[in-house]
Amino acid sequence: MKILVCISKTPDTTAKIAFTDNNTKFDTTGVQWIVNPWDEWFALVRAIELKEANPAATLHLITVGESDADPIIRKALALGGDEAFRINAVATDGQFVAEQIAAFAKNGNYDLLLTGKETIDHNGSAMGGILAGLLDYPYISLATKLDIQNNQAIVTREIEGGEEVCEAPLPLVISAQKGMAEARIPNMRGIMAARTKPLHVLEPVSTNILTTIKEYHLPSAKSGVKLIPADQPEELVRLLHEEAKVI
Amino acid sequence: MSILVYIDSADGKIKKSALEVITYGADLAKIKNEKLVGVVIGSCSEDLSQLGNYGLQEVYWINKGETRVSAQDTDANALCELAEQLQATTLLFSHSLNGKLLAPLTSTRLKAGLVTGVIELPTIAQGITVKKSVFSGKAYASIEIKSSRCVLTINPNSTSIKEIGGSAIVTESNIQVPASKIKSKSVQKTAGELSLTEATTVVSAGRGLKGPENWGMVEELATTLHAALACSRPVADAHWRPHHEHVGQTGIAIAPNLYIAIGISGAIQHLAGVNRSKVIVVINKDPEAPFFKAADYGIVGDAFEVVPKITAAIKNLKVN
Repeated sequence: MKILVCISKTPDTTAKIAFTDNNTKFDTTGVQWIVNPWDEWFALVRAIELKEANPAATLHLITVGESDADPIIRKALALGGDEAFRINAVATDGQFVAEQIAAFAKNGNYDLLLTGKETIDHNGSAMGGILAGLLDYPYISLATKLDIQNNQAIVTREIEGGEEVCEAPLPLVISAQKGMAEARIPNMRGIMAARTKPLHVLEPVSTNILTTIKEYHLPSAKSGVKLIPADQPEELVRLLHEEAKVI
Repeated sequence: MSILVYIDSADGKIKKSALEVITYGADLAKIKNEKLVGVVIGSCSEDLSQLGNYGLQEVYWINKGETRVSAQDTDANALCELAEQLQATTLLFSHSLNGKLLAPLTSTRLKAGLVTGVIELPTIAQGITVKKSVFSGKAYASIEIKSSRCVLTINPNSTSIKEIGGSAIVTESNIQVPASKIKSKSVQKTAGELSLTEATTVVSAGRGLKGPENWGMVEELATTLHAALACSRPVADAHWRPHHEHVGQTGIAIAPNLYIAIGISGAIQHLAGVNRSKVIVVINKDPEAPFFKAADYGIVGDAFEVVPKITAAIKNLKVN
């Protein structure tokens, strides 16, 4: 079995969000970068577990980014995976990333393609679906469990008001969310091993870019909290009713 | 030329977020001077002509007789066929579970530009520019779509539903949904609970409650406000509350009109899931809790004393 996990580089959750160049670019000054948590904790860790259960499986990681994404893909390799691929291009939007990964995966005979449900910077929830559309593979979004039995995927996905267990043939694209696996911390052996794992750099295919970010805006600052004394909860209720008009 | 709205339903009932998307579509149709058309896939127990009240002129009904639990990937094929038939310029979905599944599959087949999680009406110049929330609610981005056709998903609770009166023409479509390779095996429902992403009011509690046995007062406050229940990550991880109630960076992101946080300190990972709430109320005994910085109203005090009093005051307000 061959598994491909898609990895994104995102700013750390606690990073300060600011913009430069007339609010057209994210200000990367002092920003710590991490593997997108949804990709790492759920898609990648579940793929590693599947490989642990079936050591003959091949696990490849792929990212779309410039050379500054190398430390991030090495971090992911420290958790697990045999080889990594980096498509050498700026990841402009979900569609561009999906086109690159689809072009790579088309001839790779992958049985499972896993992504996190979204990235914590663009919050798109789109890349997995576009990838499935381009490859014409079935697609299960927002999966919370994944097992492979007799060459079929048994997947639990979130639906309105509950969960559905479904069965799908391979190849298959899945977007992963909480429930899939428990987050892991790389150990020293993994970090050392990741240094020598192959990281192949490939050039991008040309594609039509359909969306461009024109400008970023920060939300207007909150005017500050209005504190109500603990012995006057009815005053809070009055304010919510008369001033904020939310109850 | 028309705008096509995918009407999201669950268990045969049209969802509130679908009505929001219809309102969004009606406003957009006015700006672009195009027809507003809706599509429903699978059986539905509601009178679809009533959707005219929100601005739909026509509704196409695909696979009318088929009962289904949720959208499936091949619904996108049928949507694309209908979009071609109607020469739709714009396809609108809710940024819901079904929308997140179908919008990217649809945009790919139609070679249309896709923006997800849109929060307001677009500005239309040479292209169409839409605003969406990015960096987990910490910023917004204006995104220009260059393709002539576009697909948008609209964030729940970002549009106020408008009733304008009128009736829609309902047409049964002969478009077929191709069989999916994905087969449904079983469904487990979390019965009767309000959808967290759709709820206009959310009551949430954290470790400050000390144990799952103390949730009674939180539930009572939520019931009084017709609110959905949520919790912080440590509470879900400790199995005090089910995982589907976890809001935050790795849980569900919500944007209700009112978010009441009880005994939650407000770590940045929690804020990432709730910072788009319109009004935030924080109840915490620690005056240094970081959540107060993100709150609109706050009470520094013991939740066990304050919360029952708030519930009583709301009941009192409703009686009067």
